[in-house]
Amino acid sequence: MAILSEIPGEVPVQPEGMLVLPNTIDVLKLGAQLEGVKLIVLEFPKFTDGRAYSQARLLRERLGYRGELRASGAVFIDQIPFMLRCGFDSFASTQKGFEEALVRARKRLSVVYQPVGDGRATAAELRLQRIHTQAAA
Amino acid sequence: MYRYDEIDTTLVAERVAQFRDQTRRFLEGQLPEDEFRPLRLRNGLYIQRHAPMLRIAIPYGLLATRQLRMLATLARKYDRGYGHFTTRQNLQFNWPKLEDVPDMLADLASVEMHAIQTSGNCIRNVTADHFAGAAADEIEDPRVWCEIIRQWSTLHPEFSFLPRKFKIAVTGSPNDRAAVRVHDVGLRLWRNPGGEVGFEVIVGGGLGRTPMIGKTVRDFLPKDELLAYLEAILRVYNRYGRRDNLYKARIKILVHEIGVEKMREEVEAEYAATRDGALRLDPETIDAIARQFEPPPLPHRSATVAEVERLKLEDRDFALWLKSNTAQHRLAGYRIVTASLKPAGAPPGDAGSVQMEGMADIADAYSQSEIRVSHEQNLVLPHVAIEDLPAVYRALQRLGFAEANVGKITDIIACPGLDYCALANARSIPVAQRISNHFANLARQHDIGDLKIKISGCINACGHHHVGHIGILGVDKNGVELYQITLGGDVDFGQTALGDIIGPAVEADRVVEAVDALVATYLESRADGERFVDTYRRIGVQPFKERVYGNPE
Repeated sequence: MAILSEIPGEVPVQPEGMLVLPNTIDVLKLGAQLEGVKLIVLEFPKFTDGRAYSQARLLRERLGYRGELRASGAVFIDQIPFMLRCGFDSFASTQKGFEEALVRARKRLSVVYQPVGDGRATAAELRLQRIHTQAAA
Repeated sequence: MYRYDEIDTTLVAERVAQFRDQTRRFLEGQLPEDEFRPLRLRNGLYIQRHAPMLRIAIPYGLLATRQLRMLATLARKYDRGYGHFTTRQNLQFNWPKLEDVPDMLADLASVEMHAIQTSGNCIRNVTADHFAGAAADEIEDPRVWCEIIRQWSTLHPEFSFLPRKFKIAVTGSPNDRAAVRVHDVGLRLWRNPGGEVGFEVIVGGGLGRTPMIGKTVRDFLPKDELLAYLEAILRVYNRYGRRDNLYKARIKILVHEIGVEKMREEVEAEYAATRDGALRLDPETIDAIARQFEPPPLPHRSATVAEVERLKLEDRDFALWLKSNTAQHRLAGYRIVTASLKPAGAPPGDAGSVQMEGMADIADAYSQSEIRVSHEQNLVLPHVAIEDLPAVYRALQRLGFAEANVGKITDIIACPGLDYCALANARSIPVAQRISNHFANLARQHDIGDLKIKISGCINACGHHHVGHIGILGVDKNGVELYQITLGGDVDFGQTALGDIIGPAVEADRVVEAVDALVATYLESRADGERFVDTYRRIGVQPFKERVYGNPE
């Protein structure tokens, strides 16, 4: 069966500088197709289908993609904190109150445990800093 | 034990506020049910047969007495005065009101507890050996790694919408008490020939409707690479696990379909790309957490106590209790005591507020204010001095938790079943109660010896029937509750095996009779020192089958 790394990386012809990727695509195989791309749209066919979170982190952290990364489809308020951490910076959501929630979400859940590509200091890093500050004092 | 610092406290408080907002939006009609559902689930809140059910995380089964007292308070304030300890070392309340749940979570947060990720398609509360930190056979304390995993998995941004739930168990002893081969990921600490301690990493075990024994993807993983390796496994699963069929979405199906070699190749490739990165655990980080699990200062106590020796001879029930309900501690003057939540005829795993408070009193007086929840739905006092055993026994007797049946035929694991659960096909608790009453005689139980009965009310197997020496599965046949019987399952001491179905399902009122026939077959056939399951392995299913269903000749 064609699963895992056997999945082809080809994507349909796209408007210039933009890639719209289904969540079944292996982004690690995009290769040259990423050149000159300024916007990548990742799909959430359902709220509960989390494959695009992995695609986002791989694009940001493994492939070093720096352009706009947009979440599209079932994009709701309660996913915002997760999406922000995985590297999404733009959101195609029709949900009422989404924009206000986005502003609020940047403040909420101020503490994080996992080191991901968003550069936020993790709990473990803050604790190490504290240990070292105490040792120096 | 691990104490929250202001970082952990902030996170849990913010999570409570977030859930309060989500609940308010749902109750005001701003959040549709199908969007609220995955949100409430990942906070442990189900809608069940009678009422919502709230599942509270007891990380790796470890409870301080102040936490147990809070659970007792919650049971009294928001429920019907009792809670149910589960096979995943958690506690469930069966009768809370939805609008009360945010307040319950706030009360829990005040004692460093929560319900985060006790349900939903995310990384669930991590489980461990309930004797951790006290067991004589322990190589290293698994709770240190459980806590590291707890933090890493909490609100993980990439792995909060997995194909299906994901359960991790850790053991630090060669005698596995955490059932690591029947979890999505099982981690076994062991010492390699070079003297170094690391993890065997097991993937794709599980029970449910497709029971499978996990496969080893990595024999030996350096400890500081644990999170990098787990993240690689989870990423492979999140990307490639099946989402087309709910029943084929667990990682065990992925491992089964692509084979363990391909799985290993994928995981190792992903790991190779991330290792030595930000997930490598700093030695200071490990040390800081390990220090919090350092054993409490246990004073030297005598290993031979005259009163205990006298009671062993004079009080038969005490002698039996000592044998079945206490285990070897790493210090000679101490024992690990298991309080049986399975008194004859009672629903397995239930504890009332008064009993919880009583347990907390005993632990404060005699066990360093520490309690464990076992996956066998009992409570454990990890550090009891031998000279305190008579007092602890008497105190447990007053609570009804001194039944000398740990590991015996009435120490039954049962899921809540049709009495509570919306998924169940059949009742579990009444079946457990009937077996428990039938075999109530303690001397007879001890003669029968170690025998684990596990009962599930449906194919989802929350009662772990596949790994019961005798497994009982409730099924619904045209509106009649029937019970399928399996034999020879096992999960202890690395002997993981799935039970074999012995024949057609039997009616509810024939279950006790069938168990009786199985026990009689064993008693007649056993060789010296053989447990029920050993005899079954030696003589096979046929004699048992004939005894239950009659000889067709």
